[in-house]
Amino acid sequence: MDKPVFSLDFEKPLRELEMRLSELLALSGEQKLDVNDEIAAIERKIEATKREIYLNLTPWQRVQLARHPKRPYALDYVERIFQDFQELHGDRCFGDDQALIGGTAFFNDRAVMLIAQQKGRDTRENLKRNFGMPHPEGYRKALRLMKTAEKFKIPVISLIDTKAAYAGVGSEERHVSEAIGRNLREMAGLRVPIVAIILGEGGSGGALGVGVGNRLLCLEHAYYSVIPPEGCAAILWRDRAFAPEAAAALKLGARELLEQGVADEVIDEPLGGAHLDPDATAESLRRSLRHHLNELMALDTHDLLEQRYKKYREIGSFEERKVAQVAEAVVEEQPQQAEAGR
Amino acid sequence: MISSVSRPQGTERATQRTIDMPFFSKPKYSTVTAPKKKDIPRDMYTRCPSSGEIVYTRELEENLMVVPKSGYHFPLTAPQRIKSLVDEESFEETDSGLFSVDVLGFKGKADYSEKLRRDQAKTQLEDAVLTGTAKMGGIPVCLAVTDFRFLAGSMGSVVGERITRTIERALERRIPILIVSSSGGGARMYEGVISLMQMAKTCSALNRLHEAGVPFISVMADPTYGGVSASFATVGDLNLAEPGARIGFAGPRVIKEGTNETLPEGFQTAEFLMERGLVDQIVPRNQLRKRLIVFLHAFHHGMRPHPEVFGKNGSRRQPVAAAD
Repeated sequence: MDKPVFSLDFEKPLRELEMRLSELLALSGEQKLDVNDEIAAIERKIEATKREIYLNLTPWQRVQLARHPKRPYALDYVERIFQDFQELHGDRCFGDDQALIGGTAFFNDRAVMLIAQQKGRDTRENLKRNFGMPHPEGYRKALRLMKTAEKFKIPVISLIDTKAAYAGVGSEERHVSEAIGRNLREMAGLRVPIVAIILGEGGSGGALGVGVGNRLLCLEHAYYSVIPPEGCAAILWRDRAFAPEAAAALKLGARELLEQGVADEVIDEPLGGAHLDPDATAESLRRSLRHHLNELMALDTHDLLEQRYKKYREIGSFEERKVAQVAEAVVEEQPQQAEAGR
Repeated sequence: MISSVSRPQGTERATQRTIDMPFFSKPKYSTVTAPKKKDIPRDMYTRCPSSGEIVYTRELEENLMVVPKSGYHFPLTAPQRIKSLVDEESFEETDSGLFSVDVLGFKGKADYSEKLRRDQAKTQLEDAVLTGTAKMGGIPVCLAVTDFRFLAGSMGSVVGERITRTIERALERRIPILIVSSSGGGARMYEGVISLMQMAKTCSALNRLHEAGVPFISVMADPTYGGVSASFATVGDLNLAEPGARIGFAGPRVIKEGTNETLPEGFQTAEFLMERGLVDQIVPRNQLRKRLIVFLHAFHHGMRPHPEVFGKNGSRRQPVAAAD
């Protein structure tokens, strides 16, 4: 595994230590000086710094890891976890979206239908993949493939990694809202197991549009949010620089999703992020997916749909007051609930 | 995960807070009483933003806030909307008493609790949706109407829950549901991913309704965007829109700034979208009740409506034995 050239701001101390280490190593090689003690000390310090940085990531730092340019994308997992992926193109209406792809594959020899949001690794691929932001065609193709899966009774695995559904003129002219809304409704009733996995970015409706399922699994540094932190900051603080505050407030990290009952399992990543060891991350993902798929395959269709319905039906956080209290509350304009919360 | 957190009702905290406030910096919540009057048009005349024409405000109100000559549709509040649609005195509110809570603890500049209090006082509503049962042309219906004045008609847990319960009630009673949307923000960001999940929740309920063959009519008023348009609002058996209503996923500014594309003329208006196949019909407000009664008869009743059912009380003066 090669060392990441790309470095995030908060990783700087680590990069500096690594540079010193390589200098020392070069020195000891050339001049046959005994610097073993120094080397050991720096190695210890690197370990400690790694732990300090990566075990105390702020929500905003996690978002940056989720967007890390070296982060494994959907197809990196597909080749490690699934066998014989056969991409199927087109929505049979308008076009083929390369930001949201799909097709048949095998998982532990069992047939599955894969739906995957795919980002590009370089500029050329990003243009093809539209930076991982799907058009309506992507959502309609996904639905077509899911309906095919339903017809032939094979489970659906949806790999999510998108900043958002594409916001552009064509996207609106072909009704991306309707494409997402229809997927939500249809996925709720699809008569085969659906497992959705957030690999990196879970960007609002763009993610949810292929994200309704019996299970939602989340990689440790993935996020799932109603609005990008920058957008939230721009609206609420009137300044995008408040994105770190917004990221913290939105509780969008994998563990927080678990606490809120939105995610069902968080899949651990290697210290420092999935990009440092894609094989190990893929293996954790494979084990988790096997477990959940086995559970779901044991359910009959009725229980499967009931479980999915309940999963969403129970999400919501509000206060239910008795009718008598309501009348009172409206009269006295309730200026309370200030410090509570968090 | 329905958490019914009981909020302390005590006045101690309120008093405490007032005392803490310096004299000269006006406590923000004191402004909540002021906008009440603003809702009632103070002026006798109102200027039409489309034609510039001056209209007598009372005439405007009698015409359901539609400017007679230019046809410009001013927004309606949820109570006004309901009154404009249902048979006289047939509306009964359901699932009231649900209140939003600041689950994520948005403080400071972005204080959610404060905004909730402000809009509750301003609108006299509990949250951004009014739900209930009513009759339209004598046909029982379930009804959910969002109100743009309340946090831009955005959907958080309360809106999601009330709409879902309304869909479930329609399913249980096998009566049609009508949802009138007007939302600028879509999913309410103050409740984070929980708001996003309300899109899946409402659509899951709609799926059951759809499979049971119970009609769902969606009416999109100005504006219908984001998580509301990308969930229930665009998947009706009928998608109706008001003239000139702006409907879309992302707002025009976001698209313009993000893509540098030139926005075509009339972009995201109801007319633009009907031309491109999203909207079944554009219905002027003063024809909406009649039109809905026609569709309710077509889909639910199966027979042509008797002319008398279009009247204010929605019933026929003398019960007549069914023709043929």
